[in-house]
Amino acid sequence: MSKPKFAMYWAASCGGCEIAVLNIHEKILDVDAAFDVVFWPVAMDGKYKDVEAMQDGEITLCLFNGGMRNDENEHIARLLRRKSKIMVSFGSCACEGCIPGLANFSSVKDMVDTAFTTITTDNPDNIRPISSFPMPEGNITIPTLNPILKTLDQVVDVDYYMPGCPPESHQIAAVVDLVIAALDGKAQLPPKGATIGAGNSTVCDECKRKRNVKFIKEFGRIQMTKADPELCLLEQGIPCNGPATRSGCNARCPSAGAQCIGCYGPAEGVVDYGARLISAFASVIDSDKPEEIDQILDGLVDPAGQFYRFNLAGSLLRASKAAQKG
Amino acid sequence: MTDTPETKFEPVIIGFTCNWCSYRAADMAGISRMKYAPNVRLIRLMCSGRLDPTFVFKAFAGGADAVLVSGCHPGDCHYSTQNYKAMRRFHLMQRVLTQMGIEPGRLKLLWASAAEGQIFANEVTKFVEEVRELGPLNWNQVGAHTSAGAVEVPAEVPAEEVKA
Amino acid sequence: MQRITIDPITRLEGHGKIEIFLNDAGNVANTYFQIPELRGFERFCVGRPVEEMPLLTNRICGVCPEAHHMAAAKAVDAVYHVDIPSTAKKLRELLYMAFYCTDHTTHFYALGGPDFIMGPDAPVAERNILGVIHKVGLEIGGKVIQMRKYGHTVVEMIGGRKVHPCTSIPGGLTKGITEEQRLEIEKMGRWAIEFAQFSLQAFNDIVLGNPQYVDLILGDIYAHQTYYMGLVDANNKVNFYDGKVRVVGPDGKEFVKYEPKDYAANIAEHVEPWTYLKFPYLKNVGWKGFVDGPDSGVYMATPLSRLNTSDGMATPLAQAEYEKFYATLKGKPVHQRLAIHWARLIELLYAAEHWVELATDPEITSPNFHVIPTEKPTEGVGIVEAPRGTLTHHYWTDERGVVTKVNLIVGTTNNYAPITMSIKKAAASLIKEGNVNEGLLNMVEMAFRAYDPCFGCATHALPGQMPLQVTIHDASGNPVKVLKQFVD
Repeated sequence: MSKPKFAMYWAASCGGCEIAVLNIHEKILDVDAAFDVVFWPVAMDGKYKDVEAMQDGEITLCLFNGGMRNDENEHIARLLRRKSKIMVSFGSCACEGCIPGLANFSSVKDMVDTAFTTITTDNPDNIRPISSFPMPEGNITIPTLNPILKTLDQVVDVDYYMPGCPPESHQIAAVVDLVIAALDGKAQLPPKGATIGAGNSTVCDECKRKRNVKFIKEFGRIQMTKADPELCLLEQGIPCNGPATRSGCNARCPSAGAQCIGCYGPAEGVVDYGARLISAFASVIDSDKPEEIDQILDGLVDPAGQFYRFNLAGSLLRASKAAQKG
Repeated sequence: MTDTPETKFEPVIIGFTCNWCSYRAADMAGISRMKYAPNVRLIRLMCSGRLDPTFVFKAFAGGADAVLVSGCHPGDCHYSTQNYKAMRRFHLMQRVLTQMGIEPGRLKLLWASAAEGQIFANEVTKFVEEVRELGPLNWNQVGAHTSAGAVEVPAEVPAEEVKA
Repeated sequence: MQRITIDPITRLEGHGKIEIFLNDAGNVANTYFQIPELRGFERFCVGRPVEEMPLLTNRICGVCPEAHHMAAAKAVDAVYHVDIPSTAKKLRELLYMAFYCTDHTTHFYALGGPDFIMGPDAPVAERNILGVIHKVGLEIGGKVIQMRKYGHTVVEMIGGRKVHPCTSIPGGLTKGITEEQRLEIEKMGRWAIEFAQFSLQAFNDIVLGNPQYVDLILGDIYAHQTYYMGLVDANNKVNFYDGKVRVVGPDGKEFVKYEPKDYAANIAEHVEPWTYLKFPYLKNVGWKGFVDGPDSGVYMATPLSRLNTSDGMATPLAQAEYEKFYATLKGKPVHQRLAIHWARLIELLYAAEHWVELATDPEITSPNFHVIPTEKPTEGVGIVEAPRGTLTHHYWTDERGVVTKVNLIVGTTNNYAPITMSIKKAAASLIKEGNVNEGLLNMVEMAFRAYDPCFGCATHALPGQMPLQVTIHDASGNPVKVLKQFVD
């Protein structure tokens, strides 16, 4: 009897999700024992042609990480969706765009222009990459960049979401166990559309720092603050995204003295992550005078970046006007 | 380009009003048959402090050219101080919207008491003209996935992570 | 004109594609190695507070985020013109040594090593970590996992997280370590030294003990005479974290040694319209195309480059290995790309030794890990050696410390031209008169893989099972022959 098939693919990503999977250490042998790994370009066998040759739904479990930055990303997403029974939107890039989603603040033209005109770039003819270039020997091609970066579920139907940049390895290990048990008939898979491998609350809930009612008179910068290691960072004026960020990471960054930057995505019930943070931050500002409010807000030098750092592509507005114009 | 009555751009504006003050001001304007621009679609909240910035972003993402937020005058909030929250959210929202390429003139904060029907009408008319000047927003992206619920999978936290 | 497309390349961080064109005689006319992706970090980091750069640039690469984190940390310190406390410098470097051990281990055992340890002619099914285990012993798999575990534990203790560290800020770190943590780090470091010595011994027995392999390493097919680049300390010894950038010529003589802030006077990036990645070259030599030699500005940045460009290793055990390396390979610099695998293990040993040196430094547990910057932020450059090559981060900010401009030259990018040349040379050596065979597939892999173009996977299966399908078309574009490996 053949083992169920497993695939993992990366679109516009960084490889951190792959490393997080490897960091389940010995448990990777459980994956090997329970599954036939048929497609994992970073690591092993499986070409696009192999996937194309499979039956629809032949792959039991596909962990898909990375955002939809170009037409190749979208093509492979659609291909793997067809061939997979369970498609997991794995990691922040696939779930909400993550850091590459910040490109949605400006146009693709702007992005390419910047890369090809840096101070060290030697480009006297002002060349830009072309998707199909005629060489003396023949045409060679590279994918076309999409005008804005999209999340996986903006392109294909997704069964489960595993947030995090990257998802924590102990969470991945637990999900692996769950899926193996479910395939053995010993456990139930969650309802479709569920977020798995993460908590039901916010990072604040997991954070061990002391919290009081907040009265913020000034937003500061972490490097300029002699921060109290026992006290809530936001309370000390350091912009921390804990209040709207999903739990599941054990509040790792606040434990290490750094503010939560929001890599685990929106907490349960949050429709727009940035909007939730705007509400939270505005609520704790200690002022009722417009001029003073403005002065306090001047301490947040990049509010849109602060509130949509990982989530821009997955937000209500998705991309700036400049990005939409192309 | 000259606008003819058929092609003149008519802004679509969502107006969030509060039950105790600004909604009643709009009501009064209506009952008194005051003539003013019909472009604002009113939504009644119990308090301007109820305004979740999500509503504003959803309005823009959904096709609104502008959003009006209106409540009781500072100091007169029916629920004591919650309109100050609306004020602070408004200021922060404007900064974020500006970074998104939505002009600050498309989000307006207006205080109006229940007796200020005429003021409400005048301000709305003025706002509509300002937005007409800015032109249509044409926001063509609508996003946001809402989780169907999180299922916590009991995960054993590795021992070494419990250390300081 | 016949055309061979290899797509996608596997075991590269990101994506890559190779096109090989044969002329009418069936010999290689040209090859193109294309990078099909661009995410735009240099654009979207503009407008962000500069202290976020060590966090944002982590996400350039999730395999070596530590490298970006360190380059960014040094750059933001430079932006604020702040000298960080000695403890902070040592803690960052300690994290970095542990990371190097993890990364070099992963590459050698799961990616590059099998080619070497098993040999290029070994059955494809054996040319992977399993084959390595059979050859050197069953415990090896467990040791590899152990090394990765230890390395990531240290990264988390100092950096806050296993992937994408978060503790470097302008002026130092957000936390220090306790004596309890220090003890554990020291213990793991001593184990790492043993593991590194074990690895070098295995290399010695299996590779250097086999004349065939030695011939392969010394042979010409993978040799290129280029410039070499790496960071060196004040004594011109290899240093991954700090120092000056030194470049030596194909003859081994120093060509230039520059401070990080002067990188733009020394490096330029050539553009081609058929790929999203640019080709760095030495500005003061000039771009002459994809060619070898002292008149070509092409340079390599890899573990081999770092050894070539230095006067030695700063720790005793690694230094002994360094001397043995050059004695065996009969001189310096070494041009044969396969020797990178050996150089990588010497670096693994140095990293482990230096790990213990730092872990036993009396300052390492000091609570003095941060100083608040006092100068206004302006502009700064941070350079470290990523495992794959010299990594440069350059930021400009406004007076509030908000980023206004970014320039990045990333590790593997340095090697884009050399890899392209290695692929072409391997292909040209093997494909004659239109005869394409299985040997091509493996030799192309080996040419590519020696550079460790980002990462290989430390699991039970794979390198050697890289799926390749090679389709040969006639002049009308009809497929005439299909060669497959690991493709059903």
